[in-house]
Amino acid sequence: MAKIRRGGKKEMPAINTSSLPDIIFMLLFFFMTVTSMKEVTYKVTIHPPEATELQKLEKKSLTRYVYVGTPTEEFRKQFGSETRLQLDDAFADVSQIEDYVVRERSAMDEDEQNLMTISIKADKDTRMGIIGDIKQALRRAYALKISYAAVQRTSY
Amino acid sequence: MAERKKRKMQEINASSMADISFLLLIFFLVTTSMDVSQGLSRRLPPPLPPDAQHQKNEIKERNIFIVKINSQNELLVQGQMMDVSQLRAKAKEFIKNPNNDANLPELVTEEVPLLGQMTFTKDHVISVQNDVDTQYQAYVLVQNELVAAYNELRNELSMERFGKRYEDLEEDEQKAVQKVYPQKISEAEPKNYGGKKNG
Repeated sequence: MAKIRRGGKKEMPAINTSSLPDIIFMLLFFFMTVTSMKEVTYKVTIHPPEATELQKLEKKSLTRYVYVGTPTEEFRKQFGSETRLQLDDAFADVSQIEDYVVRERSAMDEDEQNLMTISIKADKDTRMGIIGDIKQALRRAYALKISYAAVQRTSY
Repeated sequence: MAERKKRKMQEINASSMADISFLLLIFFLVTTSMDVSQGLSRRLPPPLPPDAQHQKNEIKERNIFIVKINSQNELLVQGQMMDVSQLRAKAKEFIKNPNNDANLPELVTEEVPLLGQMTFTKDHVISVQNDVDTQYQAYVLVQNELVAAYNELRNELSMERFGKRYEDLEEDEQKAVQKVYPQKISEAEPKNYGGKKNG
């Protein structure tokens, strides 16, 4: 019961690609919603510590970051390999934190100012000395809501 | 009147649409990062007024739970050497004081909204003291264990009284549970005791 085949070359039908843009758009929207813009370019290397009892930071707009770690390769010549602080896009000193916090806070809405959270993103090998200094500076600046950035521990 | 000619709409060529959206997709993949900011939330104590002397808070000794971390990341909990993995159970025992032990914090019976009469250790304080040279990871782990101890206790109470996990409770119910198990982790200024590096 074989079908009668027509002789000659059979042409491959072109694959319909009209739905491809839609698929890609869907992917795009997926990534747009689950990811967030990078806040800054890191000038320090940070391997965050691990923990289990993590809480998500509620509002991005109310969070400011303090980065602590050793300078990345390209900045090592200039800044050495000691633990350094990064505020926004530049290296900073602990004494600048107070000014930074006050400046950032005054830029916020008045009713949101006391909700400001400082997230300390520090490398896990950082010594506590500098973290303690940062904490004291934050206390003086009345930035009392802080968060120690960490990643979820996957294994014990 | 000219005869209207039915003109066929010319189809828009959409084949480059895929390329454009691919480009967008790749742009977003490069500029965004997957990591959500999460961390251990803490509240710092307000600064001391500069003229105030370092006043000694009068806290009874049985109400304080001291965790010290030295520069070698070793723990001293209530005068005992300990591993981080044991800290949670120890802290839970301290916060709860189930057997009304005289060495563990005082139990106070108080009226709590939604929960009624509750007996709990109202005035306990957990004090974390670290050395200047303590590794950040060790410090975070200790904080993590202490928060975990509180979370477990809160969950236990919520399950017992409301039949739900703490996170699933209504806001006022959470408040009530928080009142029974307030997070009281005090952070002292770092001291430079013990474990000085040689050389």
